[in-house]
Order: sequence, then C-alpha cells, then structure tokens
Amino acid sequence: MSMQQRAMFELIRRHRVAAALVFLVFFPLLMPYQALAVNILVFGLFAVGFNLLFGYTGLLSFGHAAFLGVGSYGTGIAMVHAGLPWWLALLVGVVAAALIGVAMGFLAIRTRGIYFSMVTLALAQIVYYAFYKAERWTAGENGLRGIQVPAIEVGPWKLDFLNPVTKYYVILVFVAAALWFVSRVLASPFGAVIEAVRENEKRAAACGYDVARTKLLVFVLSATICGLAGGLRALHLSVVPIDSLHYLLSGQAVMMCLLGGMGTFFGPFVGAGLFLTLEDVVTTFTTHWMAVVGVVFMAFVLFFPAGVWGSILKRTERMVRG
Amino acid sequence: MSSATTPILQVDGITQRFGSFVALNKVSARFEAGRLSAIIGPNGAGKSTFFNVVSGAFPPSAGRLMFQGRDITGLPQHEFARIGIAKSFQITNVFKRLSAHENVRVAVQMRRSRYQLLTPRAEMRELSERASDLLHRVGLSHLRDRAAADLAHGQQRALEVAMALAAEPVLLLMDEPTAGMSPEETKVMMDLIVALAAERSVILVEHKMKLVMGICERLLVLHHGEFLAEGTPDEIRANAEVRRVYLGQS
Repeated sequence: MSMQQRAMFELIRRHRVAAALVFLVFFPLLMPYQALAVNILVFGLFAVGFNLLFGYTGLLSFGHAAFLGVGSYGTGIAMVHAGLPWWLALLVGVVAAALIGVAMGFLAIRTRGIYFSMVTLALAQIVYYAFYKAERWTAGENGLRGIQVPAIEVGPWKLDFLNPVTKYYVILVFVAAALWFVSRVLASPFGAVIEAVRENEKRAAACGYDVARTKLLVFVLSATICGLAGGLRALHLSVVPIDSLHYLLSGQAVMMCLLGGMGTFFGPFVGAGLFLTLEDVVTTFTTHWMAVVGVVFMAFVLFFPAGVWGSILKRTERMVRG
Repeated sequence: MSSATTPILQVDGITQRFGSFVALNKVSARFEAGRLSAIIGPNGAGKSTFFNVVSGAFPPSAGRLMFQGRDITGLPQHEFARIGIAKSFQITNVFKRLSAHENVRVAVQMRRSRYQLLTPRAEMRELSERASDLLHRVGLSHLRDRAAADLAHGQQRALEVAMALAAEPVLLLMDEPTAGMSPEETKVMMDLIVALAAERSVILVEHKMKLVMGICERLLVLHHGEFLAEGTPDEIRANAEVRRVYLGQS
C-alpha cells in the first residue's frame, strides 16, 4: 500500500462521521427508490444505538423494539393528540424513549448474561401490551394514523417533506447529528470505560469505575438514540404500526449488528443496509423472506463472525500495517 | 512511637462465613503506614478471603475495616480505588482485547475523568503519557500496542501491577503476585515490589514463605482462618507453631 493510501486511510479513520456522511449524501443515488434509503437511515441509526450497548458494552438486549416503538408513539401521539409541531414531537418521542430506558435499564442491569436478555425482552413485552391496550391514544391494532408533516420552513426555504428526496435529506440531518454524538461518546474517556466494562467488569470496578452506573448510562444513551430512530420512522411512515414495538424488531437489531459487525462504529449501519436491501430484493421473488434471512444469518455467524464491515476493516488494517 | 500514629489499615474482629463454613474467624490486625507487610499461610488458611475482604471485593460477615482511621466496611468496590486502595489479583485480571497501553490508560483515567462524554480522549495527552511511564516502570514499554491477551503470563502480571499503580494508591494490595511465574520473572517482580514499597504501603498475600522472608518488614501467619503469629521474619522463622504448620503441610 502506498503512502498516499495509508494517509487516506488514517484520514478516514479519524473523521469517520464525515466519511460516513459523504457516503450517505450520495447514497440515495444507489438505491432503487427513496423510501428504502430512508428506511436504511432509520434502521441504521437504530442498529448503531443498539450497538452502543451490545457491541461496545457487551450487553445483549432483546428489548430494543421498546425504544424504537416508544420513540415512534411518543412522536406520533404528540402530533396527533397534542397537535405539537413535528420537531417538538420528535423531542417528545426521544425523551419518552429515554425515560423508558431509565426504567428498563434500572431493572435490567441488576442481571447478567441470558437473564439480562430475558429481562429486557419481558419488559419490552410489557411496553408492547401497554401500548396495545391504550387504544384511545395508540389506536391499538390499527396503528396510529394521521402523522402529517407539512412543509418544513428553514429560514427563507420551504421544504416539501412529502417529496421523498427532501425527506431523505431532512432525516439525514438528524441521523448525522446522532452519529456524530455516538462517535464523540465512543472516543471520549467514557467510551474507554464502557469497553473496559465489556472486557472485565471486576477489573473495571477495581480500577475505580462504578460498573452499575456506567451500564445504566449506556443503556439510557442507547435507548435515546433508538428513540430518535423511532421518532424519525414515525415521520417517515406517517403512521405508527403496533409492530413497531414487536420483539421481531429487537431481533432485527441483533441481526443487523452481527451482519455488519458488532463493536465497529459503522458496522451496524452497513448491516441495516444489507438486511433491508436483501429483504427488498427477496420479497419480490418469494414471501418466505425469513427463511432466506435465516440462511444468510447462519452463514455470517459461521464464516464471517466479524461481519461485513468488521471483515473489511480488519483486512484494510492488515494492509495498512503492511 | 509508631503505635501512636494511625495505621494505614486496621481490621477489627473480621469474620467471613460462606454458608456454614467459617473462612475467617474474628481476625484483627494493624498495618502501619509505609511498610511492606505480608500475610502468609498454608493452602486453605483463608488468605484469599482475607485479601478479598480488605480489598473490597465483598463486605465481611462481621467486623470492621478501617483505612487511615476511617471506617470503610461495606464500601462498594469502585470506592476502594478512589480512596487510595489498589489491588492486583491472583488470577490475572486485565482487559484482554485492549492494548497494554490502553489497559493502563483506562486505569490512569479514573483519577482525572470518569464521566466525560464529549471530549476526545486522544486529546488528553497527559493520560497517555502517564500510562507510558507506568508501562516503562514495569518493563513493558516495548509491548505497548500488543493486546493484553497476547502477552506472556509474567507480562500480564506486570501489566496488572501497572494498572494498580495507575490509580495512585496509598496502599497497594497484592494477591500472590508471583503465582505461576518462572524464577526469572519472580526475581524481577520481587525487585519491583521492593521498589514500590519504598513509596507506599504494600500488603502481600503469599503462599511461598521463603519468597517474602527476605523483603518484608512484618509477617502475619494465617492458619485455619485465624492469625497464628505475627512479627519480623526472624521471629516468624523461630516460631515453633509456624514451623509445625508449614512443615506439617508439605
């Protein structure tokens, strides 16, 4: 590898959010249609938020649909029932998800391993049924309808949110901000602490770090990011289906992370992109999409445990080192 | 004179039960500041339990633990490091997938910044430099970028010591610091311990009596969960009870 390539690699690594953004700005051009691109943005952010807990802290939650769903419902309810403007409603969704994150995290971090996964799953199911039953607010099985974002005014410009291309770039602004935030957190001293906790809880505590507090903080950060993804999804779909809280989505977060590469910054995003594109392609041929997912998933776990992005990173790093 | 000063660590009637098994039975001891002391004893004497209790891994079933005159019984583990008690484990306990340097850097960071979320840690040069200094001190400078899991056993033990030092402890607790080491590695570690003891109080828990005889100022012999004897190495060597316990053992 030449000096220039090496320097280029270092530059990209140091400015990973900027690099990701350059890609995401041109991303819609590569996609068959805009709605899929928006979906990938939203689920990419969801997977990145989930990875904060899973890949970086080593905690496998099976309840992250709760944060996506509550983010969506929070935003939707604030708009439909309270008539709040979309940006304020989005904030409501994010805060609601964060609060649910505090409650779930508080209970879940007392457990470890499989028990942690089960507790998060059970708590998320409680959230599911609570929203399912609260028909007056959520319309239950029918899904919450009527989330309409009119034209968005930014200074002198008027942006038409119904235009798929505009919608993509508006949502990208939020996703970009969130990616920047996650990247900063991971590069901070606190980011080092969460990796230390993942590697060895006992040692982290002996080093003077409050493990329970660290876990709770990451849990809430993760819930907040996933809540933002949920709120954006509500704006994107203009409806909140009850499936938004279904544990299937919690499982998808795990798959996306493993597919792309857990514990890498951009891996989950790549995983979400692959997952949704594959779903899009396969469902045009067959309705048995889940069977295909199963096979692909198994293949990755067995042969590319580092995931697509994780494997690419490893290869590149080896080339750079020479 | 020294009895008038506050001891660095004092244990008062500490009992530790595991179910119906009594691992420590009302043990009491004083550790004067600035000394290198050792707890010795045959296998199953309660050494590791003693170490775990005084290093905060779990609170004792009964009794009191005093650090510099302050009652610290039941304080959570992470508080021990913050008030100045650091430990190195008997079974190597490092952050395996992180580099040697990062292992120490995280430990150094505890004193300066715990919950800073948005400042890049790469910009905190002094943390990195201090970690490099500590690695140098334990002789691992050349392995700074190697993952901890890839280090040899003795090197991992040295890394642990660097991590314990990173917390800037007033009192350093070490559980069998030379366990599983080659004679050469043992020699290096013992020299390091002596050097460290010149700057702070150190308490070793050790199985091999010969090892600590030459370097410690004070020894405490633990047997069946109780202190059997206490004194200078010469006094311990002359103690008939101690000889009986150790000789009867092997």
